[in-house]
Amino acid sequence: MDKPDRSDDRQNLLARGEEFLQVFKKGAEFTQELLRENERLRYKIVQLEEKARGLEETGSNVPDKKLIEQIRQLEKERRQLLDKFKEVEAENKDFASRYLEIEEENNNLANLYVASYQLHSTLDFKEVLQIILEIVINLIGAEEFGVLLLDEKTNELKAVATEGIPKENIPSVKLGVGRIGTVAKVGDNYFTDDISEYSATNPLEPMVCIPLKIKEHVIGVIVIYKLLQQKKKFSELDHELFTLLAGHAATATFASKLYSESERKLSTIQGFIELLTK
Amino acid sequence: MSHRVLIVEDSPTMRQLLNFALKQLRGLEVVEAHDGIDGLKKISRDHFDLALIDINMPLMDGLKLVKLIRSDPRCKDIPIAMITTEGAKEDRDRALHLGANEYLTKPVQQKEVLRVVRHLLKID
Repeated sequence: MDKPDRSDDRQNLLARGEEFLQVFKKGAEFTQELLRENERLRYKIVQLEEKARGLEETGSNVPDKKLIEQIRQLEKERRQLLDKFKEVEAENKDFASRYLEIEEENNNLANLYVASYQLHSTLDFKEVLQIILEIVINLIGAEEFGVLLLDEKTNELKAVATEGIPKENIPSVKLGVGRIGTVAKVGDNYFTDDISEYSATNPLEPMVCIPLKIKEHVIGVIVIYKLLQQKKKFSELDHELFTLLAGHAATATFASKLYSESERKLSTIQGFIELLTK
Repeated sequence: MSHRVLIVEDSPTMRQLLNFALKQLRGLEVVEAHDGIDGLKKISRDHFDLALIDINMPLMDGLKLVKLIRSDPRCKDIPIAMITTEGAKEDRDRALHLGANEYLTKPVQQKEVLRVVRHLLKID
């Protein structure tokens, strides 16, 4: 009985061996196929890498270059526009500043025109004096001041109109004496050095003294002792108004005084004639 | 659109100066009054869109005029700007308390007058 068992075992072993060999062969074939596929893919990768390197160096840069050039051009235009904008802005600032200058000049001219117009609008002496007072109050901004006229017979300056201060408080002044008399003699404006420090304690020492003169002939002065509370200093316009007053107020005052005197003399003469002809 | 402005000021120089300034604005009709009483008569009789009033005037001062205007139903709402030599804060406060809308002190600049007029009349 042993002999048939051994041959069965031998046959089984051979069968298993065959089976194993088959599996082994299949495994070997599969592995070889994988190696071949690996080799194929490696080759493909190398090809693609070469192609990518080629693209970087040539061909597809052309559209990029155009864009870069366009960007450069636009940047240039932008810089030019910015420069132009700055120029226009500077010009606008200049115009705005010029506008303000002209507006102020216009304001000044209006004041000077009105002052001049009013001074020559009447031949009545009292009205002329009143207009001088109005100009000094409203256009210059003085609170206490006076107008003194020169009496050529006595060579004394006497107050004929005042504002904010009684006429009697301003004494008569001899020509050439003191601050007021010197201004009347020399014919130059006087301004105190520091308005903020000035105190009106002495009517013979005003803050400002302006001669009223026709050409170089002084007929009187305007003296200022105190400014309005809100008026802190004199402006360029004030100095121009003083110049105007020096000339135009003088001629207006002189002309109106002459006219008043001549009117008075005329009525006197007319009265005489009527008496004589009766 | 035309606006009527009343100037109440006893100084002819100031009236002329204000008139000059207002000429720069189009569509303004300017009427002048030479003291408070004249101003009161005109403002009670006619319609005005704005009044520029001085304080120190003969017969009736500007503060009294403002008080009367504000108590008259016909003209109590009219905008009022004071233009005056009185520069103290108390004077300003008193005027505003009585009903003035703006307060300018002399010597006054044209551009200030125009600014106030434009503001009160609500024009450009």
